[in-house]
Amino acid sequence: MKKIFLSIVGFAMICRFSAYAQTRQDTSINKNTFSLYQPVTSGSDKSPEDYGPKDLSIDEINLVSSYYWQNGDHSAITGGIGTEKVTDISNGLDLKLAWTGDNQHKNIISLGMGFDHHSSASSAYVTTTGLGKQGGTRLYPSVDFTTENLKTGGTFGVGAYYSGEYNYKSLGADLHFSKKTDDKNGEFSVKLQAYLDHVTLIYPSEFIQVITPVSTGATYITTASGNVVLSNGGSTASKPSLPTKPRDTYTASFGYSQIVNSRLQVMFLADVVTQNGYLSLPFHRVYFSNGKDTIEKLPSSRFKLPLGFRANYFLGDNIILRSYYRYYLDNWGTRANTASLEVVYKVSPFFSVSPFYRYYTQTAARYFAPYEGHSASDQYYTSNYEYAKFNSQFFGVGFRIAPPKGVFGWQNLHELEIRYGHYAQNTNLVSNVVSLSLGFK
Amino acid sequence: MITQTIKVMAAVLLTAFMTSCVQVKEYQKNRINDSEMVLSNRKVEKNELNFQSYREAASGANAGKTGGGCGCN
Repeated sequence: MKKIFLSIVGFAMICRFSAYAQTRQDTSINKNTFSLYQPVTSGSDKSPEDYGPKDLSIDEINLVSSYYWQNGDHSAITGGIGTEKVTDISNGLDLKLAWTGDNQHKNIISLGMGFDHHSSASSAYVTTTGLGKQGGTRLYPSVDFTTENLKTGGTFGVGAYYSGEYNYKSLGADLHFSKKTDDKNGEFSVKLQAYLDHVTLIYPSEFIQVITPVSTGATYITTASGNVVLSNGGSTASKPSLPTKPRDTYTASFGYSQIVNSRLQVMFLADVVTQNGYLSLPFHRVYFSNGKDTIEKLPSSRFKLPLGFRANYFLGDNIILRSYYRYYLDNWGTRANTASLEVVYKVSPFFSVSPFYRYYTQTAARYFAPYEGHSASDQYYTSNYEYAKFNSQFFGVGFRIAPPKGVFGWQNLHELEIRYGHYAQNTNLVSNVVSLSLGFK
Repeated sequence: MITQTIKVMAAVLLTAFMTSCVQVKEYQKNRINDSEMVLSNRKVEKNELNFQSYREAASGANAGKTGGGCGCN
């Protein structure tokens, strides 16, 4: 940790010194002499004078859809054994509205709406009959306001999000800001996030104290989804909603990006994450070595520290190397390394093919043991393979089309991306994901 | 062994970067400003990051989600 910290500080300091040491007067530009190197203008290159007041308008609309399917045989619902078959369809729509005021501040409001629907074979086994509810839907709207000072390049923003599914509700908010260095070659950013979640206490059916006869002869029964309802001669009436327990997550994210030279830029990322509350899931079973089962029990706090590094390099005229590395540690004993490389080959300025490969490895959390691996005397226990020791590989290919006259000649559709990935853990979990992203202007 | 190799590679890369920072003028940023040089995830990766954070213990430091949503299925 100390070495990593000192390396980052050293790098930042050397960059600062180097930047000033190699600053020199660019006389060719100042004298307006002819040069083959014409200034390249992009959104970030315009001088503040280029920006006048601009009325509110739709800046961009993005639609991302994915289809995900997986299989495996270590479901946490059945105590680390059993099917992990899942399919999931995700759709997310983001709308960006922008305007520029008289004070040279560009303001952006982002409105997002996400919709997922999944089918999970193991969910059926929340009830011992295996006839439980397999499907679920999640809705997650979001809103963000960001204002950018066009003179300094600094930004400030606030955001809020909600995520709701039948067994989990989440409410989140964030504050974020960024500041560019004087030479505009570096940028420091901070994001502070808070998620206030509620876990619905849906227990495996064998742990629900049910079948409560009432005077009329009706009984409370557990539905396939774990809901408890009052049954009364063919008609049912729901009891008050199921109890929940809170789970709070607070995150401080720091980032520093630096242009190293005209082909290379790097970024350091660090998150400090603390979680408190009910961090288990009530429908995850654990089978002790004595054959008896119970539900997962994990500590009520968790501290996570992921440290990331990105480097993007423009190789030659039509290849871009996008690399990423992350070291992760938490106070549950997990250590993880993630490394990925994507090679973008630009077939033309407007069409690229990008094969990618990601390798991930983690050590087990100290509270994990496989099916019937825990002792009944353990203080904490889980058989969720998310906390097991494993490694995974993820590889695939992406295609991006962004012609100046619009995709398929449709001017408003400025970008189309398609990506397929295959994921495999050495725990036998295998999955595939195919995604489509459309960008409209 | 693989972890060790990754650490060594990271150290080598860091050392290389430390010696080569130069001031890049705006007119020299035509490659840096390429849309695929952006130091962030692609939009099309959004749902990949979600499923990875659900299936793996590690998450964060990638501008992805660090909380919210269950991923219980």
